[in-house]
Amino acid sequence: MSETQRPASGDGFTQAAGTQLALYALVAMVVLAAIMALLSFAIGDSSASGGGAIDAERNAITITLRQEPPQLDATRSTDAASFAVLGHVMEGLISYDQKGQLIPGVAERWEIREDGATFWLRDDALWSDGKPVTAADFVFAWRRVVDPATASQYAFITYPIQNAEAITNGDLPPTTLGVRAANERRLEVDFQQPTPYFDKLVAFITFLPLRQDFFESTNGRYAADADMMLYNGPYLLSEWVHGASMRWTKNPLYWNDEKGFLDEIDIAYITTDVNAKLNLFKDAQIADTDLVAPMLPEAMERRWHIDRFMDGTVFFLEFNHRDGRVTKNKNFRKAMQLAQDPSELVYKVLKEAAYIPAESLFPSWIRGAQELLRREHPPTKHEMNLAKAREHLELARQELGLDDFPPIVLLSGDTPVSTLSAEYYQELFKRNLGLEVRIDLQTFKQRLAKMTSGEFDLVLSGWGPDYDDALTFGDLFSSWNLNNRGRYDSADMDANIRIAQSELDPVKRSAAFGEIQRISYEDVVILPMYERGWSFVVDPRLDGLIRRAVGPEVDYTYAKIRSASQNGDE
Amino acid sequence: MWSFILKRLAQGVITVWFIATATFFAMHNVPGDPLLNDRAMTAAIRANVEAKYGLDKPLGEQYVIYLGNLVRGDFGISFTQENREVNDIIREHFPVSATLGVLAVLFAAAGGVLWGALTALYRNRLPDYVIMFFVILGISVPSFVIAAVSQLALVGVNAALGVTLLPVAGWGTLWHMLLPALVLGMGTMAYLTRLMRSSMLEVISADYVRTAKAKGLPAARIFTKHQLRNAILPVITVLGPSIAAITTGGFVVELVFAIPGLGRYFVQAVQQLDYTVIMGTTVFYGAFLVFMVIVVDVLYGFIDPRVRMQ
Repeated sequence: MSETQRPASGDGFTQAAGTQLALYALVAMVVLAAIMALLSFAIGDSSASGGGAIDAERNAITITLRQEPPQLDATRSTDAASFAVLGHVMEGLISYDQKGQLIPGVAERWEIREDGATFWLRDDALWSDGKPVTAADFVFAWRRVVDPATASQYAFITYPIQNAEAITNGDLPPTTLGVRAANERRLEVDFQQPTPYFDKLVAFITFLPLRQDFFESTNGRYAADADMMLYNGPYLLSEWVHGASMRWTKNPLYWNDEKGFLDEIDIAYITTDVNAKLNLFKDAQIADTDLVAPMLPEAMERRWHIDRFMDGTVFFLEFNHRDGRVTKNKNFRKAMQLAQDPSELVYKVLKEAAYIPAESLFPSWIRGAQELLRREHPPTKHEMNLAKAREHLELARQELGLDDFPPIVLLSGDTPVSTLSAEYYQELFKRNLGLEVRIDLQTFKQRLAKMTSGEFDLVLSGWGPDYDDALTFGDLFSSWNLNNRGRYDSADMDANIRIAQSELDPVKRSAAFGEIQRISYEDVVILPMYERGWSFVVDPRLDGLIRRAVGPEVDYTYAKIRSASQNGDE
Repeated sequence: MWSFILKRLAQGVITVWFIATATFFAMHNVPGDPLLNDRAMTAAIRANVEAKYGLDKPLGEQYVIYLGNLVRGDFGISFTQENREVNDIIREHFPVSATLGVLAVLFAAAGGVLWGALTALYRNRLPDYVIMFFVILGISVPSFVIAAVSQLALVGVNAALGVTLLPVAGWGTLWHMLLPALVLGMGTMAYLTRLMRSSMLEVISADYVRTAKAKGLPAARIFTKHQLRNAILPVITVLGPSIAAITTGGFVVELVFAIPGLGRYFVQAVQQLDYTVIMGTTVFYGAFLVFMVIVVDVLYGFIDPRVRMQ
């Protein structure tokens, strides 16, 4: 329809109708504003935000949490988000200092013997209702962990304690657990087998205390809400709006003056979105945020002080050692080992500034007898050698009696880093060894299901530490460890792991870890990929924020706001 | 009219039962289960946990127990949020999603009708071209891009002004809702604008409009009573499903703006195979969607009596 053919009344009509429309628009806006006001009134002002990133006047900061903590009942928690919260509001027998060294917590001193351990509790450690934390609170908590009715997934970590395993298996009653309160201030533990690293173990979340009378008064609702918990850490969980916000307030009854300097920590946002967090940080609404690789150029342009930390996790390609898999053949594994170099993956493919190439099953920060395990027992120096790799591949071909290798199934998670790594290896093994690799991309749970049932040749896998001892990595490939999903089984490995578990001489123990490391390289149990690290940035007005591999992943218990004079402005 | 409503409700109940059954069996057929975790469990520990959640029973029995609980309105306890009942999760977080959704739909509906009418009035002229450009943009750009870009823009505006004009993320006040609701409603608004425009163009030269003009009725009255009122019918048809779609589809916007809505539980539950939350949210959203469609059918009956006759 051309312009001239429009009805004669066209322009006049359009004008009148347009005016009418404008009127409607105005009405719509007024109505919308009214509805918004009404909605806002209906949901109430539940906002926890307000102070901005750093509020020097209130001595408070605002931060984010990655997710709603799924389980704050320490006897049952299994995840990092819950650990991070519990690390601020609870305290176990032993805790960590700023450098990650063990320091006294509720226990002021302790003794570890071949057959057991004794912990002497301080008398100024109090629950948030003012009653003292006693040895009985630990006995109650630990019995609850092993009780089959609790169904704690981390019950296995208590197995060094006498009868723990038999109790979770339902063979003995929980009262037979090898732990007792000799008196209010003395806790006695009997071991199932010598456990030289027990001090490091009890710094873990599963060993936190729990008071029986309070627990029973909650009628099964313990840890469901802020008022359904009793606290003994530097902070109290004073407010908890599920999925939305939390408030940690300084615990006035906490004994240690060297921890808990802030009066209030507001968790105003719960989100996994790193971009949203970055925007909140730029808007000065939160005190710190993680930075992923694409954000680094802008962060440098803004002259932010970028920090890094290793979160302790080692990632590796795990072989399937079950019968009937080509990866059971050692020469085949050796060929794959010699055909790759993790530094290429880290520096040329992933390009995450805080990642470092992994040299062994044990991450670089793990300690041996005196100093770093890596110094005491350096890992085998790895060099890529394609000629040798192809020789091993040929040997494998003859041993297996194959004309051609079947496609290798590489099981991988669906995160961006996993996907990128899987594609890199697919291309690498094709180019260097002529092997066809099929990537099987799965979501987290599906990948675990397939790992458990053994539906893979290679899997992109990782392992993070539970406690600050080499054994948290060292026993991974024992024939009895259920996390050994590739079912690696070697008498030599098992023998060394048994030494590492119960040898009391630290030097001999460290040597056993050295052997485990050597075997895992020479027998090609895994192909180490990288140690994961994170870049992050903290508001310059905040000091003492700690991020580390073992213990709560982020720790504000030593954080303080710089005074105005230190700051140089105001 | 009442028999019509009752019939639709009965159909709705059957639909919801079908959704519940299909989801239940599909979910249990996905490899893996909610108990799988980074740390492998010994057979004994696993048996303890399975017994706690009733997963040790045969699937058929689990289904019967589940349906029984469903009739009583009990969705069970979440696998990942072990201290919370699914009912509590829905009760606490659905109002947030609903508030955001209602607001987004209002924005979308008001914007869609007004912009649509405007483009139809000024078809093939500048306002039409400009608005239609943004409409195409709104339809084709996914909400996570709009959400991220608008949040980034807000950070820029806040920085330039030196004050926080609007909060960048979070939930709690009127100001927190504004941007997320706009972003969430953007796609639907664009869609409705297009729908309204074509529907307006159809009636603009209809016989009854010509008659009205011939009768010498005032332009504003013709526009309102003869054109707008008739053109708005198709828009109302799609409004019901859009309310449900917007309320349930806010996951990305909720994530970007750190809003404690139900959407994130819906999506995370599927990723983590949290059986009870998957069932709870799916059945709840399914029932909600079915209900909205019924509401629209009934509303339609009021606006257009011809529907009731059929």
